[in-house]
Amino acid sequence: MTAATATQRTGTRSRRWTFPAGTLPAGLRRCAVPLALLVLWQASVGLGWISTRTIPSPSQILAAFWDLTVSGELAVHLLVSLGRVSAGLAIGVSAGTVCALIAGLSRRGEDALDALLQMLRTLPHLALVPLFILWFGIGETPKIALVALGTAFPIYLNLFAGIRTVDAKVVEAVSTLGLTRWEMIAQVILPGALPAFLTGLRYALGVAWLSLVVGEQINASSGIGYLAMTAREFLRTDVIIVALIVYAILGLLADLIVRVIERRALVWRPAFIKE
Amino acid sequence: MSHALPRISASQSTTDHSTIGKPVVSVRGLVRNFGNGNVLDGLSLDLQPGSFTALLGRSGCGKSTLLRTLAKLDPAPEGSVQLPEERAVVFQEPRLVPWMRVLRNVTLGLRRLDAEARGLAALAEVGLSHRARAWPLTLSGGEAQRAALARALVREPRLLLLDEPFAALDALTRMRMQGLVETLWRAHAPAVLLVTHDVDEALLLADRAVVMADGKIAADIPIPLARPRRHGDPGFIALRSRLLAELGVDEEHLAAREPQRTDVTATDTRTAGARPGGYGLPAGAAAAPSL
Repeated sequence: MTAATATQRTGTRSRRWTFPAGTLPAGLRRCAVPLALLVLWQASVGLGWISTRTIPSPSQILAAFWDLTVSGELAVHLLVSLGRVSAGLAIGVSAGTVCALIAGLSRRGEDALDALLQMLRTLPHLALVPLFILWFGIGETPKIALVALGTAFPIYLNLFAGIRTVDAKVVEAVSTLGLTRWEMIAQVILPGALPAFLTGLRYALGVAWLSLVVGEQINASSGIGYLAMTAREFLRTDVIIVALIVYAILGLLADLIVRVIERRALVWRPAFIKE
Repeated sequence: MSHALPRISASQSTTDHSTIGKPVVSVRGLVRNFGNGNVLDGLSLDLQPGSFTALLGRSGCGKSTLLRTLAKLDPAPEGSVQLPEERAVVFQEPRLVPWMRVLRNVTLGLRRLDAEARGLAALAEVGLSHRARAWPLTLSGGEAQRAALARALVREPRLLLLDEPFAALDALTRMRMQGLVETLWRAHAPAVLLVTHDVDEALLLADRAVVMADGKIAADIPIPLARPRRHGDPGFIALRSRLLAELGVDEEHLAAREPQRTDVTATDTRTAGARPGGYGLPAGAAAAPSL
């Protein structure tokens, strides 16, 4: 087949080896398999093939979701979890940024900080939970500290690398234009490191939710994790799955927010300009 | 390296030019050492205000180091270097800041109230007014290099340093850029130092060709040709042979290509000779050792 005929993909004849698409619209066709699985799932539970203790039916999960929402319970726990993530992120991102600026912008800072942080980052931060409980007790502090510790490293690593990999040729050219050191940092180095920072932020958000899940299982009395842990005691698989879905949605939303920030902050990149 | 033709020594040329007035750039006894020998070995050079000088030489002869020293990008540990405050550099790559729009790139570091108006005027001069609000990464190679020229121009430099600014451009764009640089030089009369590998480019634009070898100035040749210059003019061809000889290129080896050089415009042969970013010599010199 030549390139010319290959481009005629609108005709049914051009893709002879596939079955015809049928008359359903494309969006519906893509949803067909997940929908079929949902129906199968609902039927299996309804017909008693699968025990509701193993997994409840989609309608039961939906009902649990509705109950939790109407009673306000979900909102309360959600706010608590969001508060913990926000506090932990704020601390972690700030600490990571400050360290990256110190190490990235000066040799002395790099000598002082980089080796230490590179050593610490190899430590799985979730393994610190027992230590954190001994240090901070079982209140809010260890949960927030866990999020902060987990998020500081991706920010540090990416921003540090970003600062150090700003195009040296551009920096050299700008240095002939008579900018002060601070103007250079504020207008050239930091904007140049911004894409790397945003990559770090995306990683950090992923780590933040993970740290939250673990942190909220430390003797919590509120939060999405607490919701799931108590549901386990009452064999409420439906509530556990609601908690999982909430975690997933929160993760997705966080990623979406960073994407929006990227789109606005990195508007100069050709990939964004063309759209 | 054979020097079949007589050449003017650096010291002689200094006296030649000093009749014009006080030099805008004055380099005396510049030494730069990179560990394995001197890259610049007691180099002396004067540039007169408003003069256009081409700096030629083989790769590694120290011409880039000299330009970087004059741009204050490299230190001058030994010897004296006198430079004007108003300097500007255009590199082989445009080196624009990608996250600043073209106009902001041009006015960057410009501390005047009318910076924006001046930036727009400079962009108009290089024919880039319509791209003032564009992002640098959307510019073509020629446009980006014109923006880099505007960025240099807006500083009203008394010394304009051009480090192979056309080497990465395609042949047609390069021709246009050469014309533009000549026009801008005539309009603003900065002292220009053009580092180039391209003998034809030097002969088209400069009124003085300085050939560097072993960290010193090996030859200093005035180019008293009338403008606009053509590749086929007898004076052009004679100077071309002389410059090539100074650069150690034996023209006998290039004899086979001779008709091509004289019959066809240099641009046509350049398309084959020079690659963007490469060091190919244009025209008949394509078979020459890398310069």
